[in-house]
Amino acid sequence: MAEAGAVLEVAGLCKRFGDFTAVDDVSFTVPAGGSLAIVGESGSGKTTIARMIVGLDRPTSGTIAACGRDRSRPARARDDRRRRGREVQIVFQDPYTSLDPRQSATDAIDEVLRLHHGWPAGRRRARAAELAELVGLDERQRHTLPRALSGGQRQRVAIARALAAEPRILILDESVAALDVSIQAQVLNLLADIRDSTGVSYVLISHDLAVVRQLTDQAIVLWHGQVVERGPTGQVLDDPRHDYTKRLRASVPRPGWKPGRHRPPTEATTP
Amino acid sequence: MSGPLLEVDGLTVRLPVRGTMRTVLSDVSLAIRPGEALGLVGESGSGKSMTARAIDRLLPRGAETGGTIRFDGRDVASLAGTELRRYRGEVAMIFQDPRAHVNPVRRIGDFMTEALRANQGVPAAEARQRAAGMLAQVGVDGGARRLRQYPHELSGGMLQRVMIGAALLTGPRLLLADEPTTALDVTTQAEVMAVLDELRREFGLAMLFITHDLELAAAICDRTAVMYAGQIVEVRASARLHDDPLHPYTAALAAARPDIGRTRARLRAIPGRPLSAFEAPPGQCAFAPRCPHAAAGCREAVPVLVELDGGRSRCARAGELRGALEVADG
Repeated sequence: MAEAGAVLEVAGLCKRFGDFTAVDDVSFTVPAGGSLAIVGESGSGKTTIARMIVGLDRPTSGTIAACGRDRSRPARARDDRRRRGREVQIVFQDPYTSLDPRQSATDAIDEVLRLHHGWPAGRRRARAAELAELVGLDERQRHTLPRALSGGQRQRVAIARALAAEPRILILDESVAALDVSIQAQVLNLLADIRDSTGVSYVLISHDLAVVRQLTDQAIVLWHGQVVERGPTGQVLDDPRHDYTKRLRASVPRPGWKPGRHRPPTEATTP
Repeated sequence: MSGPLLEVDGLTVRLPVRGTMRTVLSDVSLAIRPGEALGLVGESGSGKSMTARAIDRLLPRGAETGGTIRFDGRDVASLAGTELRRYRGEVAMIFQDPRAHVNPVRRIGDFMTEALRANQGVPAAEARQRAAGMLAQVGVDGGARRLRQYPHELSGGMLQRVMIGAALLTGPRLLLADEPTTALDVTTQAEVMAVLDELRREFGLAMLFITHDLELAAAICDRTAVMYAGQIVEVRASARLHDDPLHPYTAALAAARPDIGRTRARLRAIPGRPLSAFEAPPGQCAFAPRCPHAAAGCREAVPVLVELDGGRSRCARAGELRGALEVADG
């Protein structure tokens, strides 16, 4: 499975919760500086995969390697945990719940810089300012608490904080889904710029096919925990092969779109 | 051509926020004919949900309103008692999050038949029979068995179908649908929209369809109104909205959205962030600070909604910008 230049390698990944298989034999690789979309709907297993990559959930079987080092088992020591933090960071959908409500953007970034790089205060301050600049936070926004920021501004703080660890891989778990269209465009442009300037790799977890098209080179489509289709993003979206991908594609509103009843609804309960 | 079923004229709403009155809607005017679907599109804080609440007389306590809302010729603000109850039967609301609007400890059947029994005096057995029939129409199988289930036993998509069924049971003439599919998966959204669209046409209902999704509104509504900072800035036949908008904000909104058909080198983001009505700069066009076409005159007076080319636009330069508001870049 080892591939030259792969920064993230996931092989045969499985996660079972009791009798329920959330993730079923999923494999993929992400090259350095590449961008992979994991496409799926609720219950497809996409967020469980993200949680296993960052170490919030432990795989039932299979391997995850970032920068050539295994991370399918929990970190044993603090140094190992910190090293993993410098390899992979994650930005969640809702920055309300992922930012400390008592920390300004500058403090949040500073904490990560201190933890991961151990730099002196002067150097940390300069780097925090650079990161705030990179994500477009103005002077006022850098020093206010999250509750005084808009959703888009909070998401910029979360991105800057994740980048402070200088990760090789950034996992974007529906990170732009809750943003207004005009703000979402700003953040998507920002993410493209950051990838160009830092060479970070993205794993974008999303149900939004237009966002997937804009930000990623490769895509896998998940359905009930399994990869049903994979390939270059443009090809997967323009010429879907699997029935589920076709249905997903056909469900997106567009000019002239007429919603259709595709199948008799049979599901009885929430999974 | 019949007159409008719903006519909102110069609606202004102010709400008390920490001791001060804040404007949330400013001079909102719209009309919906019987059987017509009007989309209401906007970003956070634009006032689209507040417009629906004002129409349904669900504004928070202490709200100050101006302007008029007329339903079938009657002034909605003056309705009371029996007349208000009858109005609530004629105007049905469907919300974004069905779980937040259904009592979790009451059975689906009780929820669906409540309005029929309480407001229309329909006997319980008949009400249950009608509810079971409605479930089949909205595509929920299992009829009478479903009526005995609790909300937690149904998925989000199924529960939203139940909400739509419950809304249709009282025989309304107007549906107010506030982001009814936003919380659903894409494929479920398509199915729930199909149900809503089919039944609306079958029953000949008018609909105000509120969404942040310009494409969704355009696909299922006859006309679409776009809101910004508490005002309607454009009303346009949906078929022409995307390719031939009349207001720079509509054009900018359509251009900012990524395209499923191709990767753009850069998205055309709108600088700044969407403003609420109370944040909008006074005495000028609310969109001017973010508008690529703003001129000196745009900052000197609040533009009015004017008729233009079969639609309406609240842009002082709308006429001279005809054809210049291209949406797609090369």
